[in-house]
Amino acid sequence: MIYRIFKNTMLTIFAAAVLVPSSIVVLGTFKEDVEIYTKPLALPKHWNLNNFRTLIDTGNVITPFKNSVIVAVFSVAITIFFASLVSYVIARSITVTGKVLFLLFSLGLAIPGQVNIIPIFTLFTKLHLNNSLFGLVLVNIALTLPISVFIISAFFKDLPKEMFEVASIDGAGHWRVYRSIAMPLARPAIGATSIFLFVICWNDLLYPLMLINELDKKTLPLTLIDFRGEFATSYSMLFTAIMVASIPMVLMYVFMQRSFVAGLTAGAVKG
Amino acid sequence: MAFPAFAIYSFLYLYPALSNLLYSTQRWDGVTKPEFIGLKNFIHLLTDDDLFMKVLSNNIRFAIIVVVLQTGFGLLFATFLTENSKTNIFLRTVYFFPTILSSVSVGLIWTFLYDPNYGFINATLKAIGLDKLALNWLGDSKYSLYAVAVTQIWFHTGQMVVIYVAGLQQIPAELYEAAEVDGATRWQQFKNITWPMALPTTAVIVAYTTIQTFRAFDLVYAMTQGGPLNSSDLLVTLVYNTAFVGYKFGYAAAQTIFLVLLVMLVTWLQRRTLRIDYGDKK
Repeated sequence: MIYRIFKNTMLTIFAAAVLVPSSIVVLGTFKEDVEIYTKPLALPKHWNLNNFRTLIDTGNVITPFKNSVIVAVFSVAITIFFASLVSYVIARSITVTGKVLFLLFSLGLAIPGQVNIIPIFTLFTKLHLNNSLFGLVLVNIALTLPISVFIISAFFKDLPKEMFEVASIDGAGHWRVYRSIAMPLARPAIGATSIFLFVICWNDLLYPLMLINELDKKTLPLTLIDFRGEFATSYSMLFTAIMVASIPMVLMYVFMQRSFVAGLTAGAVKG
Repeated sequence: MAFPAFAIYSFLYLYPALSNLLYSTQRWDGVTKPEFIGLKNFIHLLTDDDLFMKVLSNNIRFAIIVVVLQTGFGLLFATFLTENSKTNIFLRTVYFFPTILSSVSVGLIWTFLYDPNYGFINATLKAIGLDKLALNWLGDSKYSLYAVAVTQIWFHTGQMVVIYVAGLQQIPAELYEAAEVDGATRWQQFKNITWPMALPTTAVIVAYTTIQTFRAFDLVYAMTQGGPLNSSDLLVTLVYNTAFVGYKFGYAAAQTIFLVLLVMLVTWLQRRTLRIDYGDKK
């Protein structure tokens, strides 16, 4: 009895802790600042999209959104492609190459990516890769390769060896085996890893903050940070911008929940 | 086939990591010619830098609070939600939700909640007559670090719940049935079945969360930028400020080397103790 009361109280408190702030933000996108301060949880007086309109007219939210999409999509696609190739070599190699490659990429798991901010900054300044979306894509690839190789190679290693051997005996080259056997079989792992990487690239602040200062190259997290100063924290604008920045993630979460959760937990467990 | 990944990784990960070692032995403002000073950066860092020690102690406190509470709540809620009933699946979905948001969004949402004048938390406290508790959460150096830690826990507890649920569902139901027959209480069942059986999961979660807390940047930057008076400064925010606000590139590089060694040491220690704990001879 006491257990049930305790359990239900705790569960309700935490559910409220998640739902209340989320509702404040969603409802806030329809409100004016004063309304947010005085009645944060009340339904908005007027259901209109004025905040979204103001945001699009005045604030620069379309460009950062586009930039974020470009950076995230290219980073994820290239990382997955390169990582799956290496993972294939690691999983299939019987020589020492596979082991060396695996060790090399494991090293990247031991060194947190944040540690490279100074050398990356100086290197990118030298190569004029700062203030460039291509530069951000390169950084993302380098930073997320180790974890991707770790997850995908583990998956490849678990596939039955016979499938590869049979194909090789039938005369299929490595490319063919990679393309027609390894990749199709790995689809769930690839999907989950892609989502995990997408979340990382979409949300990253540190590297864009360091490398980007031109307005038209900014990604969403940078723009959100700017909102604080720019509008002397107009929370209605801020909430609307947060809403815009979160929509892709929310949609992915709703429609691909299983891969989404699998990706984010695999990233944690294997990392 | 391995070449593209190998090339990009060597050039943009391994090579920078090595040049970071070199930078750490230099006095350098990022613009003029660097000057080699040997281990002076490290000596200064460890013997004569009060700010660094303060930030280090902040980060350790932050790590302990977040690791203990996030793991604890994760396990608690996972034991409540292990079964795949409709309510449980719904609650797990709700709990996981913050994980999908960006650190910056979460940080800014909580900045509103904590706002001393207009914020939801203080408004609620005042409404129920607890005016005394309506503090300046992020603006007071006594509370800022803990306020950020609470946000971090809110952010990632749901993810831990989901990982724990996957672990707890592997525990054979017969164990609980047998315990039930023998008249074991809930607490005894938790102590003697759930906790030992979940130890491998706990080890993973603790290791992951620890590393996350020593890498933390985005959330702090969005909420307090390390302030006030460096009270919520963590190692990575300090490195960022040392390099890009203070223009001490060599010194910042030395700080990052220290950070790497610290993270390695902590993970190694954790692995050792947790392995002994669950008697795994791997």
